Order: sequence, then C-alpha cells, then structure tokens
Amino acid sequence: MIHSLFLVNSSGDIFLEKHWKSVVSRSVCDYFFEAQERASEPENVPPVIPTPHHYLISVLRHRIYFVAVIQSEVPPLFVIEFLHRVVDTFQDYFGVCTEAAIKDNVVVVYELLEEMLDNGFPLATESNILKELIKPPTILRTVVNTITGSTNVGEQLPTGQLSVVPWRRTGVKYTNNEAYFDVVEEIDAIIDKSGSTITAEIQGVIDACVKLTGMPDLTLSFMNPRLLDDVSFHPCVRFKRWEAERILSFIPPDGNFRLLSYHVSSQNLVAIPVYVKHNITFREGSSQGRFELTLGPKQTMGKGVEAVLVSSQLPRGVLNTNLNPTQGTYTFDPVTKLLSWDVGKINPQKLPSLKGSMSLQAGASKPDENPTINIQFKIQQSALSGLKVNRLDMYGEKYKPFKGIKYMTKAGKFQALLSN
Amino acid sequence: NRAPGPAWLGYSSPGSSLSLSLSNRTSLIDSTCSDLFLLSTRNDDLKEMLESNKDSLKLDAMKRIIALIATGKNASELFPAVVKNVASKNIELKKLVYVYLVRYAEEQQDLALLSISTFQRALKDPNQLIRASALRVLSSIRVPIIVPIMMLAIKEAASDMSPYVRKTSAHAIQKLYSLDPDQKEHLIEVIDKLLKDKSTLVAGSVVMAFEEVCPDRIDLIHKNYRKLCNLLVDVEEWGQVVIITMLTRYARTQFTSPWKEDGLFDENSETAFYESDEKKTKNGDEKKSYMMDPDHRLLLRNTKPLLQSRNTAVVVSVAQLYWHLAPKHEVGVITKSLVRLLRSHREVQYVVLQNIATMSIQRKGMFEPYMKSFYVRSTDATHIKSLKLEILTSLANEANISTILREFQTYVKSQDKQFAAGTIQAIGRCATNISEVTDTCLQGLVLLLSNRDETVVAESVVVIKKLLQTQPTQHSDIIKHMAKLFDNIAVPMARASILWLMGEYCERVPQIAPDVLRKMAKSFTSEEDIVKLQTVNLAAKLYLTNSKQTKLLTQYILNLGKYDQNYDIRDRTRFIRQLIVPNEKSGALGKYARRILLAPKPAPVLESTYKDRDRYQLGTLSHTINTKASGYLELSDWPAVAPDQSVRNVEVIEPVMIHLYFYYPCPLITQMKLCVLESSSEAESDEEKSSSQSSEESDKSSSQSEKSSSESDSEQKKTTKKPPQKKTVKPTAKDRYYNELFNTYGYTVLSQSKCLSRSLFSLCILTPCPLSCAAALLQVSGPAFVPEKRHDLLHRMTGKGLSAQYQFPRQPCLYQPTMVSVQISLTNTTDHPLEQIHIGDRGPTGLDMHCFNTVECLLPEASVTVSLGVDFNDSTQAANFQLCTKEDQFSVSIQPAVGELFLPATMTEQDFRKEQGKLLGMNESSATITMAAENTTRQPISRQVATVANLGVVPSGQDNIHRFAGKTASSGAVVLVTVELRESSAALITINTEKSVMGPMLLRDLKRALTRA
Repeated sequence: MIHSLFLVNSSGDIFLEKHWKSVVSRSVCDYFFEAQERASEPENVPPVIPTPHHYLISVLRHRIYFVAVIQSEVPPLFVIEFLHRVVDTFQDYFGVCTEAAIKDNVVVVYELLEEMLDNGFPLATESNILKELIKPPTILRTVVNTITGSTNVGEQLPTGQLSVVPWRRTGVKYTNNEAYFDVVEEIDAIIDKSGSTITAEIQGVIDACVKLTGMPDLTLSFMNPRLLDDVSFHPCVRFKRWEAERILSFIPPDGNFRLLSYHVSSQNLVAIPVYVKHNITFREGSSQGRFELTLGPKQTMGKGVEAVLVSSQLPRGVLNTNLNPTQGTYTFDPVTKLLSWDVGKINPQKLPSLKGSMSLQAGASKPDENPTINIQFKIQQSALSGLKVNRLDMYGEKYKPFKGIKYMTKAGKFQALLSN
Repeated sequence: NRAPGPAWLGYSSPGSSLSLSLSNRTSLIDSTCSDLFLLSTRNDDLKEMLESNKDSLKLDAMKRIIALIATGKNASELFPAVVKNVASKNIELKKLVYVYLVRYAEEQQDLALLSISTFQRALKDPNQLIRASALRVLSSIRVPIIVPIMMLAIKEAASDMSPYVRKTSAHAIQKLYSLDPDQKEHLIEVIDKLLKDKSTLVAGSVVMAFEEVCPDRIDLIHKNYRKLCNLLVDVEEWGQVVIITMLTRYARTQFTSPWKEDGLFDENSETAFYESDEKKTKNGDEKKSYMMDPDHRLLLRNTKPLLQSRNTAVVVSVAQLYWHLAPKHEVGVITKSLVRLLRSHREVQYVVLQNIATMSIQRKGMFEPYMKSFYVRSTDATHIKSLKLEILTSLANEANISTILREFQTYVKSQDKQFAAGTIQAIGRCATNISEVTDTCLQGLVLLLSNRDETVVAESVVVIKKLLQTQPTQHSDIIKHMAKLFDNIAVPMARASILWLMGEYCERVPQIAPDVLRKMAKSFTSEEDIVKLQTVNLAAKLYLTNSKQTKLLTQYILNLGKYDQNYDIRDRTRFIRQLIVPNEKSGALGKYARRILLAPKPAPVLESTYKDRDRYQLGTLSHTINTKASGYLELSDWPAVAPDQSVRNVEVIEPVMIHLYFYYPCPLITQMKLCVLESSSEAESDEEKSSSQSSEESDKSSSQSEKSSSESDSEQKKTTKKPPQKKTVKPTAKDRYYNELFNTYGYTVLSQSKCLSRSLFSLCILTPCPLSCAAALLQVSGPAFVPEKRHDLLHRMTGKGLSAQYQFPRQPCLYQPTMVSVQISLTNTTDHPLEQIHIGDRGPTGLDMHCFNTVECLLPEASVTVSLGVDFNDSTQAANFQLCTKEDQFSVSIQPAVGELFLPATMTEQDFRKEQGKLLGMNESSATITMAAENTTRQPISRQVATVANLGVVPSGQDNIHRFAGKTASSGAVVLVTVELRESSAALITINTEKSVMGPMLLRDLKRALTRA
C-alpha cells in the first residue's frame, strides 16, 4: 500500500519524509517536481503521477503537497482519502496545518504517522483513538510533563479500538453536558448574464459538537426529512433507522465531528439569495472601459446578507481601474488582474454598487471574453433549503443535556457570468 | 569535501567521530565551518544524553534524532547508543526507539539483532498494546536472519486472545512475505486461519494479506464468503475497501453473468412470472434459465448501504462492485452517490470523474439527469475541466445537444486557452456523433476562425479538417475561407491541416490551390517540419492534377526539400520525386501515383480517450493511469457455468447426528453419537426444501427492494427474522424422522412430556446400546472426571421464577468439534407454565454458539436439561446471550474456567515427550510449588488435575512424574502438563502449549488446586 510519504512546501522543498517499508530515496520526488513545473497553477498538478518504478499520489492542502509513494496496484482514492485524513488529524492536533506547525511538532507528527499506518495499511484513523494513544500537545501539558516526567503516549490500547463503537471512548465525563448542532448550507450556482440560473444546488452539512457524559444514545429528527436527496453519514449513524423512519439515531463521538452531509439537488427549485446587475463595456480603439456593478438581496427569507465579498479576474488587457464603491473597500492587483471588493453587509434600502472606469492597454484590442464574478456571502439563522430540525432526544443517560442548534447559509462556488 | 577548513585544524576529537561528522557534513550543515563544528559536538552530545541515567534526557535526545530522520538526514551512526534503550520502561522513549530501529535496522543488521530478545519478551506481555507493538516492530525489522523468529511470532499472534494483536499479525504476514517469499506456504496457513476469524477488526487486514500473498487461492474464501458479506458493514472503512475489491474479483469467478437477460425486469419478479406464459413461446426458456445465486444477491444487498459512507474510497469501491457485478438495471443506484463525491476535494473529483467518464461511454442514461453537475467552473483545475468536458461530450445526444453546445460556447470564450482548445475538440466530437448538428457545429467552428486567439483558431482548423473529411462535397467555400486565413495563422499544426485540405480537395478549389502552393514555395525554408511535409504533399497532388500550372513550382519545392536539414523531409522528397516525375528508372509504381496519393481516405473517427479504459477494473490505479500497474489483478470474465455453489456452505454437510441419553446399568449417563447415513433420503429432501424456500424468499425480497426503499426495509426485516422461524419448523420434520428411525431399530422412545421429546437431543431411551462411536469419531478419550459442580446461570429471583444452572459435561460437542458443550438445566419455580424458552440476542461479541431448540412449555416445578455448544475460541471470554421466555428476556453469561476449554487426549509416554520437545522455549511455562500434604501420591494428584482441567492421564514409567495431555477445543492445539515431585513436598509444574495465554492461566489454576490443603 502506501510506501512512503513526502511533505513538499510551496517552494518545492521536501521538509518531512516518512517510510513505512524500506526507504525510498527522495529523488523519486523529482518526477513530482517536473509535473509541478509543467503545471501553471499549484492546483493543476495531476494527483496521480506514474514513474518508472513507483506511482506518486498527491494531495494539496494548505499549500503543502502530501506526496505518497506507491509501489503496486491500490485504489487511488484509498490513498487520497487517507492523505486527507492525515491532514485533518494534523489540523485537529495543532489547530493549523502549516509547514511551521508540522516542523514544530515533528515528533508528534512522526508518532501519529506511525500509529496511523502499519506496513502502509491504515491502522487507526479515528481521531479519538489517536488522542488516547498520543495526547495532543498543549502548553499546560508540556509544562506538566517536564516537571513530572510523564509522557504524551498512552500505555493502554484505546478502548475504542476494540469496541463496536470505535469512535467513542469510554469514561467520558463533563460537568456541563451540552450538544450543539450547526446546520451549514452552501449554495453553488452559476447565474448567466440575464440573471437566470444555469445551475444551482445546495450542499449541506450538520456539524456537531457533543460534550456529553457516559454513553448517550441520541436521536435527531427533522421536520422535512424528504428534502434530503442524497446523504452520507458519520459511521455512528444507524443506517437502518434512517432508511425506515428518516431519523438519525446514533451514539455520538466525543467532541467535534461531522454528523451528516447532504445534497439538495438541482431538480428542486433553489432560491437564489442575491442578484448582480452589471455593465462592463470595452470600447474598440479607446483605452477606457466602463465598469458598473450593483448587488441586491433576493429571496433571503427576511434575513440579512452579510460578509459579502466580490472577486473577479479581469481580462489581461486591463491596466488599472478607477472605481468608487458606495460601501466597503475594493482592491485591484495590476499584476494578477484580480479585482476584489469587500462589501460587508447588504442594506436593502441602499444597494451597494461599484462604478468607475478601467484603463486599458493602449492599442490593445477589445478583450473577447468577459470576466466571471465570484461572490461570497453568509446568511445567519437560516438554511436555504428550508431544512428544519424537529427535536433531539437522548436515551441511555439520566441527566438533562443542554441542546442548541444553529443554521447558516454560505455561498459555495457562486458565480455570475458576465459574458454577452 | 574532505579538505579540512581552518576550523578543523583546531579540532581534536578522535578520528572516527571526525570522519563520521565529515560524512554528514553535506546533508546536515548549510555552509559555514562554525556550524560544522557545532554539529560534531551535537552528535556527541546526543550520544552522551542517550547514555545518561535520566529518562528525560534520553527522551530529549530521541526527539532530536527523530527530527533528524524526519528531515531525511542520516542519524545511523547513533545506532549503538539508541538500541541500548530498546528495553526502556518509559513508553514514549520506547516508541521513539522503535521508530528509529525500523528506519535503520536494515543498515545495521548485526546490531539490530541485539534488540530481538527484548521483542520476544514483549510478545508475552499481558498488555495487548505492548504485544502488538512488539510484533509490529519485530516484523518491520527487515533482517533476513530473524525470519524463523518472525514466523513463530506471527503464528503465535494469530491465535492471540486480543483481536488487535491478531490484526497486527495479519499485517506482519505481508511484511514477512516481502522479506522472504519462500515462506509463502506457511503464511497461507496463517492467512487461512485468520480468514476464519470472526472479529471485524481482523477481517480487513487479513484480506489485505490475502491479496498480497496469495490472491489466486480463491478457494480459501469460499467458506468465509458469507461471513465477510455479513460483517462488511461493521468492518472499519479501510478494510471495507479491500474486502469489496476482493469480493468483486471473487464474484466474477463464482457466479454467472446477470447481464444475459438485459431488459427483463428481475430474475424472478412477479411480472416475469405472469408474462412467462406468453413469452415461453418465443424465448421464455432461455430467459428464465438465469437465476441469481443467493450469495451473489447477498453481496449486492450488503454493500448497498455503504454507498452512504463518508469515505469516498468506500463509495467508489461499492460503485465499481455494482458496475461489474449488478444486473444492468440495478447499476443506477450508484449514480447519485458518485455525483455527490464531486463536491469533495479536487483529487477525489479527479478520480471520480475518470470513473464516470468510462461509465458514461457505455451507459449514457446513468448520468444524463445529472448533466448539470458536470458543467465547468472557471475555478476548476485544468485536468478537472477536461474530464468534465469529456463526460459532457459522452452524454450528448439529440435531445440535449443544444444545451450542451450553448454551454460549450461559453467555454470557448474562457481565458484558459488550453481548455478552450479542448472544448473545440469536444464540439468536433459532438458534430461527428450526432449528425443533426454537424452543420451547426461546422458553422460555429468557422466563426471561431475569426477569433483573435491563435490557439483557438488553430484548434478550429484542425477540427474542421476532420469534420470536412466526413462530408467533403458541400464545403468548398469553407476551404476557400480557410485558404484566405492561411496568411494569418502561424500555428504549424493548423497550417499543415489547411495544406492537407487544399491538396486533398484541390480539384474543388482549382483556382486557389496553386496560389497557396506559390506562397508556400516562397516561405518553404522558414516553415516548421510538419508544414514542409504537407507542402511537399500538396505539391505532389497538384502536380498530378494540374501539372500545367504547378510543374515548375513542384520542382522548385522538391529541390528545396532535397537539401533540407531534416532527413524525414529529404526522404519524403526523394520518394515523391520518384513517384510522380516520370523517368526511365521509375518502374511500375509511377503508373499508380495518382491512385496512391489521391486515394479516397476514410474519415477519422473522433473517439473518446476513455473508450478502451473499461479493460481495467474501475476504481483501480491501473484505470487511472491507463496502463497496467504492477500487482494489478485482472478481473476475470463471468464463467459460462457457475462453479459448485455448495462450497460456500459453512455448515459442513455432515451426517445428521442424534444425541441420545442411555440408561446404562451404571448410573453414569453416557452421551453418544449415532451417525445416520446419507441414504436417509427423507430428512435430506426435507432440509433441501426448506433451504430452497428460504433462498427464494430472500430473492424475492431483494427484487422488491428495488421498487421502493421503504418497502424493501420492511422486507429485509422479515428476512432477518427468518432464521428463528425456520428453526421451529425443522424439528418437527426431524422429530418425525427420528421417531421412525427408533422404531425401526426397535428402541422405545420415552416421551416424558411433549416438550422433552421436542427437544431433539434429550430423547431418553431405556435399552442399552452396543454402539460407541463417540470415541471413535473424535480421537479423544473420555473425560477422566466430570465435576458435579453447577454454576448459576440465572437465579430464580432475577429470572422471575425461571432458574437456570449450567455445567460442563466435558463431552466433545456434537454440533461442531470446535465447540465446548454446556448443559443447562432449566427449572420452573413459578406456579404457571413457562412457554417458549429459547436463546435470544447473542450480543455483539459474537461467539459462535449452537443454541438449543426452543422449549415450548415448561410446567410448574418441572425441569429440563438442554445442551448447548459454544465456541469460546480458546479464550476465557464469557459467552453472553439472552435467555428468553415468551414474556421476558434475561441477559446471562457463561464464563468458562480455562480447564473446560480442553478435550482430554490419550497418548503414550513416548509421544508425550516428542510433543513436549516441540513446545519448548516461548511455549513453556513452569512453576515450583509446595504441595499440600495429601497430594503426594498418584491418585490425588490425578484427581486434582482432572478437576481443574479436562485432561487425560498419560501412563508414566516413573513414580514421581505425572503427565497429562489434552488439546484445546477450538483450535486443537496440544496442551501438555507435567507434575514432577521433588523432595520435601516440592513439585515442579510444567505446561507446554503454543497457546501462550492459556498456558499461564492453567498454571495458575493448577497451582491453586495442588497447594490447597
């Protein structure tokens, strides 16, 4: 399976290597660097690269390439999924997954990688099992360890490893028992010039933060479960119950986890929460162009649209812009031609707009293509699909937990086309 | 490198460490000599720290060494200092030493051997984590000398009590195999053993080992197939992927193709049933001949829920399983899940899109409803864009082509020119595939010729060229248009394409073609090679059709070509000249020049590059890179005739056994087995009937499950409930049969009560019987002693009046030789009859049990004895289950003493010694004790030992040595006990068994029994 792992930073240096079988020379990464050079953008490096004796499978996260070396046939997704799990674990342990964080905690990283794979086959990837084996570094613990001489490494096999609920450890205790659920929906949409929707779909997740004593058995039911078109569950969810009753029944992991992700398909009508009005003109022969952009709320169910950020890649011919926002700030990078406008909150009474002129390269011809506009926004306290949690019940424990639920809508890949 | 710098001159450490640090210089140190100086002291420093007494210092040193290793620097010279700490008590330190050892053991083999004994000791540790990590490290040290030790350790760990250790041993199998492939046969034995393991933790790892070591030994899977299918949902996600991939391969060799009757609804759906009358006249016979194997259905049914997994690898592996195994009309269930994965990370998208691309070529319908999911976003990476384009092109048909073309129009305007070029090719493919839009596409492409971007224009020219070839007659004006553009196009491929078009259709544009050639003659020398070749080509064709105008031009070009730098062009020129210019030397070929050069050429077929990818199993690395990766296992074609299905039956088709109690003259109740031969046709046919019935039912349920999910669920519940029902049916048939049997043998059946006679194995018979096949069947002796001791299973207070006690009759179990038989006596202490006493839910630990048949009715004050078989897997783990009556359920558990897990064996003293010789070292545990006063002679010792453990006495020649032998019930491992009396009531107890856990436990029990006053 996975033979070795190399971590490569954005400037092309290998800053960590780990081998699970015999040592593979780091020169194997030269094939990767070659591919990296060929690719125009960091994202364009192909995830699977065959070399004469090995295969390199890489993922790019947080501007770090995680390059796994494979020697024989294995499902590529197996490796990709595992690498992403490694990144998630690092993030979980160190808060961030940056080169600096990894270098600072190199011993913990090594201990983690050692536990996660045995002979290249995943051994323990469940975060709470790992945390029992290797305790995450905190300042307090470092201090205590230096004084008492105790270690960060568990001496017993984590209870989860053998149980039927490997995601939960036994003996969890809290003074305040609480369970929070965040329903977060992202809307992906492409809007054409006339404002009509080309595609729109909603991807939702329910993230949970459960801090409950003992072995609680929770059920979560929805007002309108039929909305959920396609779902994928955390392993703790009992699939049979869902199939039969459309109820989520589960013994939760301890702490933060993603309970469910779902999809509301484009077949259903999706309400688009914002609209864009724009007018961008380049005149043939002249070195000036006009730029006009107005945003407005649309079908937001009475909730305010916040944290709006508009960005657009302007054509190469644009030298500079001279624009006036009615609110917020805008920047234009003349090198990358990236225009970004931090709008903030949309006030329905006074719609934000950005107007002004662009100066074009003298003598250059009118650009063929019009840019696309990417929009980010957030709407608090509302799930765009209308999904509503009905109730949360707990069985198996006596105490009364504090329960909370939050809804939020965000823009995912929300694009407005400006082409003619 | 070796030249000492100024700082070195002042350095005065011993030569050895100097050279070491020198060799490290390049890898460790950036530039300055002062740094170098610092480093050499640092390594000494590390050594010093490792040799100190303080754990904290050692730990610090190890952490720094690990940091060196992590950055790829060489820390091998510290090996001797590090390896000393392998036995450290500090667990973190120990782990870091392990990491170091695994990294460098291969380079320092001799020194690494020093650490082996530590691991061997750790393999015996009571802490399972320590046992497991010792095995992990021991097997990761790639030193060929220790292969035998590894082999032994793996075998031992494979029967460890802890499933975690067994999982580790499955991983170790692969490591040993890669170190020494000669061990294959032995390793296969271990794999076979582990495949039988019922723990979900082990399943994934052992299948992985199977795939690496012996993927061709499909016969090892048969018996475990159903178990794997049923465990699958509970296996950890990585194991699921491996098992699903393996089972896909397995199923392709064992089942017949479900694809033959494509278009018919289901193998036995109701419609098929009703329509069969009409259809039979035509082709009903062949269609009805296919019946899906219930095991095939089982696999499909049990993998389906995994489509909802959060692990993308699991989802895709289920998708490929359905693609390769499911009937065509059922494959649709995977679509939604695959589309869902497109929201995941970029790398996941890449692999999933590739798989969809291959699928969408064969089955457009599957993904057509989700077409919009494949629309390209400007933020997508280039390889994602081109894959989406590929899929959109494959999905195009008459109905949706207009939507797709509109989408393509926006792509053409994309700023990513490479992507725009890809789109133009895609348009070309759509145009050839769908004849309705060919003209529209061509018009659109011609418009693109006036695009400002060169790449776009060039690509359009190339695609137009291909399109024109398909219908050249109508398009002379397009060719003219392109000729006009010729001056503005600089991309060589496009220029070459135009020249080729001119030449090919020169008779349609007689005015323009010679003019183009004239221009080319002028610029010939400055053109790219590919353009030059086409110029020569054009010249030749024009010479043949229009020699009057172009003779001179052609000769001029041929002369230029003759002296070209590129030998390809020189060659071509020479060839063309010989072919077209008639001279005395040119032979017969010249006559055919026209037919050679101006032959009608078939139009190119524009095909997807994913067309031939389906030769690889979907989801594999080979499929992704489109070449056979090393270690790729071919997916075989369906067999024409299914191999024997019965190989997967787990209950060995053994003769029906009856267990009878006889009233012997002696009060001892002897159990015995009566073998009924296969000739007893009635029983068999009965069984067959019921099993075929149930398989039919399960099939039906699955077919209905396709109709609606809610329905299917209830249906599935029914099928899961089925087994108990089936069991209640069986006894009646058998009962009748047994009664008949007894009548023929002239036995008198004593049916004390109805419930007693129903309980199959409690038939009481008065007459003594001469048969004694129990001993003959199993090569074990009868128990030396059967303890009377009964253990409480259920107290009458907690059992609401039902009380139950159990005891170990120490008889070989009838149901399966690996089980330990347990007798349970149930007593009703209430004043009303208790009905339907049976065993309910067995809890998650899942020890294999053979339940007793339901006791239909237990009258007040009556009691009944039933027997049970439990496979304890040679561990003292309690068997938990629920004892149920009609109204109530009680959780109970049977906790065996270690001594009850054996079966006594007879052997000679000689054999005993021989066996003992094989089980020395790690397999031996011994203790010296002071014997209680009364236990000093043969009789009491034998009694005491036999009370503790179900072992047989081995005749002994010496008076002071007593030997006992037996084997474990589950795995049949030999257990040997020796009690050697020494002077002054001291005694040495030695136990030899490969069961490393049972040995010490037995020793402890024996010690207690023999020292007790």
